[in-house]
Amino acid sequence: MDDRQRQEYWRKNLTLMSVLLVIWALVSYGAGILFVDALNKVSFLGFPLGFWFAQQGSIIVFVILIGVYVWRMDKLDAEYGVEEYEGEVHHS
Amino acid sequence: MTEIQLWTLVFVVITFSLYIFIAYRSRVSDTAGFYVAGGGIPAPANGAAIAADWMSAASFISLAGIVAFAGNGYGGSVYLMGWTGGYVLLALLLAPYLRKFGKYTIPDFVGDRYNETARLVAVVAAIVVSFVYVAGQMAGVGVVFTRFLSVNTTTGVVIGMAIVFFYAVLGGMKGITWTQVTQYTVLIIAYIIPAVAVSAKVTGVALPQIGFGTILDELNGLQADLGLDSYTEAFTQTSMANMVLITAALMFGTAGLPHVIVRFYTAKSVRAARYSALWALFFIALLYTTAPSVAAFSKYNIINELGGTNGIALSEAPSWFTTWADVGLITQSGEAAAPISELASDATITFTDVTINNDIIVLASPEIGGLPAPIVGLVAAGALAAALSTASGLLLVISSSVANDVYYKKINPQASEKQQLLVGRIAMGAAIVVAGYLGINPPGFVAQVVALAFGLAAASFFPALVLGIFWKNCTAIGAMTGMIVGLGVTFAYMLWTIPIYGGSDGILGIPPTGIGTIGMIINFVVTIVVSQVTPKPSPEMQELVEEIRYPGRTRLVAAHAEGKDLH
Repeated sequence: MDDRQRQEYWRKNLTLMSVLLVIWALVSYGAGILFVDALNKVSFLGFPLGFWFAQQGSIIVFVILIGVYVWRMDKLDAEYGVEEYEGEVHHS
Repeated sequence: MTEIQLWTLVFVVITFSLYIFIAYRSRVSDTAGFYVAGGGIPAPANGAAIAADWMSAASFISLAGIVAFAGNGYGGSVYLMGWTGGYVLLALLLAPYLRKFGKYTIPDFVGDRYNETARLVAVVAAIVVSFVYVAGQMAGVGVVFTRFLSVNTTTGVVIGMAIVFFYAVLGGMKGITWTQVTQYTVLIIAYIIPAVAVSAKVTGVALPQIGFGTILDELNGLQADLGLDSYTEAFTQTSMANMVLITAALMFGTAGLPHVIVRFYTAKSVRAARYSALWALFFIALLYTTAPSVAAFSKYNIINELGGTNGIALSEAPSWFTTWADVGLITQSGEAAAPISELASDATITFTDVTINNDIIVLASPEIGGLPAPIVGLVAAGALAAALSTASGLLLVISSSVANDVYYKKINPQASEKQQLLVGRIAMGAAIVVAGYLGINPPGFVAQVVALAFGLAAASFFPALVLGIFWKNCTAIGAMTGMIVGLGVTFAYMLWTIPIYGGSDGILGIPPTGIGTIGMIINFVVTIVVSQVTPKPSPEMQELVEEIRYPGRTRLVAAHAEGKDLH
């Protein structure tokens, strides 16, 4: 990668990260804590929705967020030719 | 020997033999193998190992009980969100970059990125945090042996020490990793089978994550009848502000714990480090989404078994009640916690007349749910797996800090591979003995400090790591000042507010478990301000920090890996 490509790669990485971290904060601190009372008025599979986010939903979304990150970064690595393959060990 | 003891013994012997066999198969002969398993663990296995490493005796034995009783339902969510949300931060902000940076330990990163003084601060912090933790695990091993096999605590801890000694000293990180993969399998099966069985029995829905939604209305009703706060309503136990502070301290603390971060160095590549984080959280989520259902079902069953608002005569109490009352884990409610045996046998008790220890929920839930003896034995083996896997991961951090960060980097830089390995193994052996001693004679403050370790990790390591990666101009003096001030403020506030020391109400009612968040913010501010006015890192160091952003082989990272000093 030359300098311009590096900057692009890094900017795309930061954008992806920011979007995922905003969602991370919204489901846990948002739905699970700050807006929990309002959401608890809605029922979801028998759960008050805010309570569900605090005990189930946030955890499920966390797993999905890392999944999306891994998938998008794989694509980004491939796009810029820095992808790594299994079996490649470059530890000191 | 009772039927339950027999089955417990069967499962313990089978699982322990398996751990020893696996450890023998994966013994190592070089430092890279000993510290980071040669950087050659596939992502799913590494994820399972991280999950086992992370989920301690506390997660397995206590979590559901804390949610059900101490947190009264919603209040326990801080632990559920806090101990999982940190992995998102690890995956996005730390794991891939630390893996690219290479080396073996957190102090390695701090020392190489900043300076030697910072390395020493990091070594001391890593060793203290790890010892506090490991003592708790050894105590957990003792507890399981005592309650299920009726041997005394000392014998239980010594057996646990012998097993860990065998596979950790022989196999280092490689032995530990493959044993942890097995231990994860044992503990998750042991956790989920009783949860599914209880859910199916009570609701007819086998999936406990769905099933427990159907009993919440009824549980709220039962609690209201008994004059208790609603199980699902928010902020009955903890204010909104404190929920945020405690959750954040646990999340950012998770992302700063040395024994978790070191696991990403064992991944094969940057890409594998990302996948390891994904697998780890997936495996952890299996237990963490099951735990709140175990909590709700147990509370529901217990209230019903104790006759709801009418109560039951003590002589009619179910057998699990008598068993746990005999060992003092169910007592009369109130400050004095008087033993149940002081009550007349025809006395009537209800749920609110007794205090049930958080720890027995998981261990007793198969019995409370009326499941057969083999499942109870399996749960005991699962609890041991959780305790031993976490203990071995922590011992490795202590051993590698002593052998790599202190002996090799500070005392004898000419040490051969063989000498380093020997020192690592001796340090591991010594650490196991100290941990065992602390497990048999737990100092009174261990329980408190374990919970507080997260706050300390959040206030010290997290900002130094994140800024070290994302901000090229973060200076050594800035990071060090930040770590010391953040740690100092947090530690002082904790001493001031913990009941057994200061017991003060603190400022604005911030609990000692939540102060880590404030300490972390202070650390960030101090580091950024001081970095503005202190000498910038060398151009080569700035370029190195730039290079860790990109996967694949890059010039300076390769030079750094070969030992070039870039300060």
